[in-house]
Amino acid sequence: MVERGLRAWTLAVLAFLYLPIAVLVVYSFNASRLNVSWQGFTFDWYRQLAMNSPLRQAAWNSLVVALATTALSVVIGTGGAWLLHRHRFPAARLIQTLVALPMVMPEILLGISLLVLFATAGVQLGFTTVIIGHVTFSFPFVLVAVQARLRGMDPALEEAALDLGATPWRAFRLVILPYLRPAIAAGGLMAFTLSWDELIVTFFTADAASATLPLRIFGLAKVGLNPMINALSALFVLATVAFVLFSARLRRDAAANPLSP
Amino acid sequence: MTAAGVPTPGWRAWVLLAPLLAWVGIFVVAPAALLLVYSFCDRDELGRVVFDFSTASYARVLDPIYVGIFARSLGYAAATTVLCLVIGFPVAWWIARTPAPARGRWLLLVMVPFWTSFLVRTYAWIMILKQEGLLNAVLRSLAPGTPPLELLYTPTAVMIGLVYAYLPFMILPIYGSAEKLDGSLLEAAHDLGAGPLRVFSSVIIPLTLPGIAAGALLVFVPSIAMFAITDLMGGAKVPLLGNVIQNQFLQARDWPFGAALGVVFMALFALSYWILVRFQDRGQEGQR
Repeated sequence: MVERGLRAWTLAVLAFLYLPIAVLVVYSFNASRLNVSWQGFTFDWYRQLAMNSPLRQAAWNSLVVALATTALSVVIGTGGAWLLHRHRFPAARLIQTLVALPMVMPEILLGISLLVLFATAGVQLGFTTVIIGHVTFSFPFVLVAVQARLRGMDPALEEAALDLGATPWRAFRLVILPYLRPAIAAGGLMAFTLSWDELIVTFFTADAASATLPLRIFGLAKVGLNPMINALSALFVLATVAFVLFSARLRRDAAANPLSP
Repeated sequence: MTAAGVPTPGWRAWVLLAPLLAWVGIFVVAPAALLLVYSFCDRDELGRVVFDFSTASYARVLDPIYVGIFARSLGYAAATTVLCLVIGFPVAWWIARTPAPARGRWLLLVMVPFWTSFLVRTYAWIMILKQEGLLNAVLRSLAPGTPPLELLYTPTAVMIGLVYAYLPFMILPIYGSAEKLDGSLLEAAHDLGAGPLRVFSSVIIPLTLPGIAAGALLVFVPSIAMFAITDLMGGAKVPLLGNVIQNQFLQARDWPFGAALGVVFMALFALSYWILVRFQDRGQEGQR
């Protein structure tokens, strides 16, 4: 009885979660500009979207920002996780807390405090400031993912490499890094998605030339409905589904990895 | 971990860690400190920030208008949290209790909305709720002649938007706790004569408390100042804390006042976080 009630409830909640997304996707193919009634199937909005140069520019900006954010986050996050794992730093707990802070801190606080910093230092807002903001909340996710995998690592792995005459750097590059690859990939994917979707921090740290896709969508959505945004949203949803399936696959592969704990 | 496995860092390790420390120092600690400094600054006649000590901004925070906005923002956030908990808990619980292969698929179904841009998901609701939108079209076809519901740009729309955006953030941490819960504890409680309500209140709730607390934090804190959702769903007719802060920084350009609001919000966040950590510690003791 309870079991069936719970199942029905879960199905209802999932319907609540998916219905609006489904509506969005379906109506992105609707010929009517007003959206309400179905007036035939069309690819027009996708065509218009592809030809809209501000949105294309914004998509390009988002891609540049997300790729730069991912690269920087992976380097800082992986390096930091390894160092904090390998050595006993004084105040390690404090460092850990400060690193984790931007993950849980409301984005608006990160946004306004970075804006105040850049204004005080006289830094012009642009790509650099957007990327700085994004890396600040993204690299902790890489760090945490890598730390979780390091916790399950057999220390003998590194010791064996060192005993066989590898320098610490070679041991890290040839033994530790391959072992960490699934966690780095998962953390990097996370950093990319977070950056790609981010609105609030970008809102405070971007200028007109570096406006990202979410920033443009927000601007358009505030004015009202726009079938082009439906098409764009549908593409976002498609990308998300692909991403979730891909990362689920990644986790399975990680589990199948003989080196994993 | 042996002492040999974790040596004290030499200068090389410090040099390698320096970029991370610098990043956190410059882009997390320094900005927060600057925000605090700005909140005690003054403004000249032209509205420029002057570095004089002043508590005027904090006095303004205590103005009934802004106290009201704080109270309303906290109210919306609390309502969002409770609704997400009530709606999400059974889902998280049921998925966690589902046998293994199917469980992964159900979980994946929760992950997709979790990973979908909240902007896209909020935008979808504009389409549904607006006056000539889908909901009213459906209502019209079911009951012709009924006046259309005016939902968009109302508090109800803001609540729908917030709950919809943050629901997965409640489901996933509770799932995490519920999945770890040992099923034999439930059987033991049953065998010892506890009714379903008793099992729920004395076993299930205490053991999933860490997940509930984490979910509550992940929903409560961001929804206090989520200005994008209030802008889109409330049409700025329901100004909450986030809208006011954003306005001070971008339109009104009263940075000291905006900073003061930010500092108070930061304090609220720190308090919530501290409470969460205490709850989680208690939950961990319970599992032992």
